[in-house]
Amino acid sequence: MSIIAKDLNYTYGQGSPFETKALNSVSLEINDGEFVGLIGHTGSGKSTLIQHLNGLLHPTSGQVFVDGVDISEKGMNLKEIRRRVGLVFQYPEHQLFEETVYKDVAFGPKNIGIGSSEIDKTVKWAISEVGLDYDEVKDKSPFELSGGQRRRVAIAGVLSMRPEVMILDEPTAGLDPKGRDEILSEVNKLNKQEGITVILVSHSMEDVAKLADKLIVMNKGEIVMTGTPREVFENPKLLLSIGLGVPQVTLLFERLRERGWDVRSDILTVEEARDDILKRVGKRD
Amino acid sequence: MNNNIISIQNLKFAYGKEPEYEPVLKDIDLSVKKGEFIAVLGENGSGKSTLAKLLNALIVPSDGDVFINGINTKDSSKIWDIRQAVGMVFQNPDNQLVSTIVEDDVAFGPENLGIEPAEIRRRVDSSLKAVDMYEERLKEPHRLSGGQKQRVAIAGIIAMRPECIVLDEPTAMLDPVGRSEVMSTIMRLNKEEGITILLITHFMEEAAVADRVIVMNRGEIKMNGTPKEVFSDVKEVKEYGLDVPQVTELAYMLRNAGIDIPAGVITVDEMVDILCQL
Repeated sequence: MSIIAKDLNYTYGQGSPFETKALNSVSLEINDGEFVGLIGHTGSGKSTLIQHLNGLLHPTSGQVFVDGVDISEKGMNLKEIRRRVGLVFQYPEHQLFEETVYKDVAFGPKNIGIGSSEIDKTVKWAISEVGLDYDEVKDKSPFELSGGQRRRVAIAGVLSMRPEVMILDEPTAGLDPKGRDEILSEVNKLNKQEGITVILVSHSMEDVAKLADKLIVMNKGEIVMTGTPREVFENPKLLLSIGLGVPQVTLLFERLRERGWDVRSDILTVEEARDDILKRVGKRD
Repeated sequence: MNNNIISIQNLKFAYGKEPEYEPVLKDIDLSVKKGEFIAVLGENGSGKSTLAKLLNALIVPSDGDVFINGINTKDSSKIWDIRQAVGMVFQNPDNQLVSTIVEDDVAFGPENLGIEPAEIRRRVDSSLKAVDMYEERLKEPHRLSGGQKQRVAIAGIIAMRPECIVLDEPTAMLDPVGRSEVMSTIMRLNKEEGITILLITHFMEEAAVADRVIVMNRGEIKMNGTPKEVFSDVKEVKEYGLDVPQVTELAYMLRNAGIDIPAGVITVDEMVDILCQL
């Protein structure tokens, strides 16, 4: 399912002393099945932007089209939009509230009137998609689980609405490296195997470099760059100047080029870096 | 007396009676010298945060002892000396700030210690300057960025004049800018003020700047050495569910491919120099 934003502007606290322009003529296009990385430092407008994409916030001006339909029009069925565009907030595990994992994941579909046998199937599917063992966790209280497991349950709760687009706001914040890799590979699987369009908000350049088809870079409420990870990371100076990092290997290659090495300017992963360096220095035994 | 600020001997800790409760920490022996900067790594559930809480007597050992400046943390009559010597900073800045004005928040600790007002004023000012937040002293904490809030939390600890600060994933919720603000503050306090630092983190790049890295796994200390020593064993580090910095991994791969690169490269600068000398 595609999402198109046209010339979005959004101002918080309009007319108050704390008026802040959070989005400034933001236009973007997200295609069906894409994996998009949204990056930008705190306060750059990422969270404000994603809340526009399922109608939680209404633009001060501009339009959002979900699957070709303008969702800012009056009489729009926003409930249906929010089912189709699932939003996983930061630290989503704080929103778990039911007695058991099953009930928590079933809450959404139950609310929109899905029949119980269908719910059963959906909950099973959602829980296994996030890498948890259904039989082991279904009757547990979410509070008996580890932080990483709780976060997965929260993601399963959004998945159980069978969304066509999933927006995840820093799903790996605070997790250890293993937990980070597990959640990201599950998100990647949802995109590649289930065909769910993914928008991943992240501070980790290494992660988006590895996973995303397209990156959108925000700064001060504006989109400053859009492109494939290779295109975006080819400009490490701009990224650093707006308070973002670049993957360590990208930085290494930039520095090598400054020292006169003829190495690639679009390195994203350690494996690529190895291959490129091996080509230049050859094997010495 | 020796110059160890922290000395842990044969420590075991469980959150309840065995056998129902498995020990969360076992066979821990660790000494930390005054002025050291130590990074503690380990996957979730490895016992890092429990270890942190044992250092200022929020909890006491089930078995074995923890000494802070030679004082046993089990000595409940000395608990305030221990907590004053070892300050703690936690992950979520929003849970640590109590006042509506930045400087009031920093004054909270020393006020509780019963320090006289003129001295409190001096400490608040110098602490805020030490974390580079003096200009923001009259602001409301909720209007600050995450990195700024975390620095105010650190200032509140410094105002108690601790000898050691234990930071439990202080940058986990911050963006890259906030993270580097907090890291440079921590490094400055260590180098310039001589404050002993124990930093628990999931970011390998942060551990790379420490004097010593400790790797925990299932309640035990598995590795203990300089960042170079620890990260040179990429395989072992990964076995414990951890990662290494990208350049360390790259150096490891190149070495496996027959290139002559020393083990334990941890910074981009080092790697550039090494490659240029090939």
